[in-house]
Amino acid sequence: MDKRIDEAQVRKVAKLARLDLTDAEVAEFAGQLSAILDYVARMNELNTEGVEPLAHCLPISNVFREDIVKESLGTEKTLANAPQRDGSFFKVPKILEEPS
Amino acid sequence: MIWQSAKELRDKIRAGEVSSVEATKDVFARIAKVEPLVGAFISTFEKQAIEKAAEVDKRIANNESVGQLAGVPVAVKDNMCTTFGTTTCASKILANFNAPYNATAVEKLLAADAVIVGKTNLDEFAMGSSTENSGLKRTVNPWDTTRVPGGSSGGSTAAVAAGLCYAALGSDTGGSIRQPASLCGVVGLKPTYGRVSRYGLVAYGSSLDQIGPVTQTVEDCALMLNVIAGHDSADSTSVDEKIAPVGDYLAKLDEPVKGLRIGIASGFNAGADEQVRSAIDEALKTYRNLGDDIIEVNLAHLDYAIAAYYMVATAEASSNLARYDGVHYGHRTPNPSDYIEVYTKSRAEGFGKEVKRRIMLGTYALSSGYYDAYYLKALKVRNLIRGDFVKAFENCDCIMMPVSPTTAFKIGEKTDDPLKMYLSDIYTIAVNLAGIPGISIPCGFDGKNLPIGLQILAPAFGEEKLLRIARMYEKQTNWHKKKPRINTNGH
Repeated sequence: MDKRIDEAQVRKVAKLARLDLTDAEVAEFAGQLSAILDYVARMNELNTEGVEPLAHCLPISNVFREDIVKESLGTEKTLANAPQRDGSFFKVPKILEEPS
Repeated sequence: MIWQSAKELRDKIRAGEVSSVEATKDVFARIAKVEPLVGAFISTFEKQAIEKAAEVDKRIANNESVGQLAGVPVAVKDNMCTTFGTTTCASKILANFNAPYNATAVEKLLAADAVIVGKTNLDEFAMGSSTENSGLKRTVNPWDTTRVPGGSSGGSTAAVAAGLCYAALGSDTGGSIRQPASLCGVVGLKPTYGRVSRYGLVAYGSSLDQIGPVTQTVEDCALMLNVIAGHDSADSTSVDEKIAPVGDYLAKLDEPVKGLRIGIASGFNAGADEQVRSAIDEALKTYRNLGDDIIEVNLAHLDYAIAAYYMVATAEASSNLARYDGVHYGHRTPNPSDYIEVYTKSRAEGFGKEVKRRIMLGTYALSSGYYDAYYLKALKVRNLIRGDFVKAFENCDCIMMPVSPTTAFKIGEKTDDPLKMYLSDIYTIAVNLAGIPGISIPCGFDGKNLPIGLQILAPAFGEEKLLRIARMYEKQTNWHKKKPRINTNGH
């Protein structure tokens, strides 16, 4: 029986989720995710024609406040847990290519 | 002294009969003896707790006013931010994280003069039903230490059950307060979505998560809810009090609901183990003897709740957990070869298996080509499930059902098969999808002396009546007074 999600798809999803999976994990997840998705597919037994999707239970929308400047966390607190820091910056490896 | 309720202790402390310092020291003496066996806490704060207790005692001695939880030792699940200690979510990725602010619920406990003794263990990022997914330590069930306490708030429920604190906060996304409360023989309430602020609760499923009390009694539950409920401008999903005012949940607690109509879905309840079903039936008899009506309700779509949840919750989780990227906080992989590896390797090293699994599921459900079939479909099924409850509540005041199909299972029994673990959420999960409140109260024990919980559901923002209904049963029974005998010899 074809798995609902195969290893190639698992690798694709892992890339989207920015998760580095080992080959063993990819194989394991292909099996487990297939089984879970097989179970989830039972939702197709229900006719949901004309049913609105319910993303949120409370009848609220557009919760705004006045556009005035308030106190925020501040640089020190925000950077306090940074694994790598340079002054008021989070430090990361180079993202942009060198101009040639 | 330890088996008093939180309210009893608070009253004695306020009256000057007992000092908070004494009560707090007793709690820590018990923690020293019992905690090595139970493993409920990720961190404890003895010095800070005794300082706070002394400060409360001093204010009382000076006839100054003190809060609703004056001097009472409580615990907080470690997925709620505290500026003291760490907030780990039981994950390696946040093992050394120091939160820059307190969760609103924590602020409210502090303002009520509670004494926070520690942060409790959980399934990593609140994903699990046994606390076995904790990336940091193991918690066992105080009633049988070869068994799980349930999850994801297993640390909080084990701590209250074992007398390591008088009350605790848990969080519930698919049953994570109610199920461990049931397995540990304590009271656990998931309030209506929006009743309690989620600010500072580390997000798992933002449309499902709620913070709630874990207590020894229904009265304590009402007391805790009084403290933590309310609108919070820092949480735009918390309900406006003009729409749903916060009552005083203690005021009429002992007043029974006259002409109570209880809805049950017998077909649905039939899926539980025989001894669980038996205990639920006995509980229903207790209500019948009080003159209450039991009527049959049709919750036709509840069979699809697990399927819908594991699409909605995981989709939201995949988004919520994207922030753990090795850049802003948390674990960072030591030797990334480029900036992408900062993300992919930090996350791979920091997250446990179940977390990765759910992120993968959610990412897949939201990805192009699958969004309609899985995520959108799940949101429509969610609407049908909510509709079932709305319709049922037209004819009854509350719905009763089991909390868990079984009592506490053995450690390792369900860890080999994720789907098997997910299916144990069958009675709790629909409640989060619908956003309504649900409580688990002790209603018996099985042949192995393992606790069984009765679940009572009410319409949205119906906590006042829900607690009164629960109190009606508690008054007729003594299950909540039974405590585990914990054998600390030879450890």
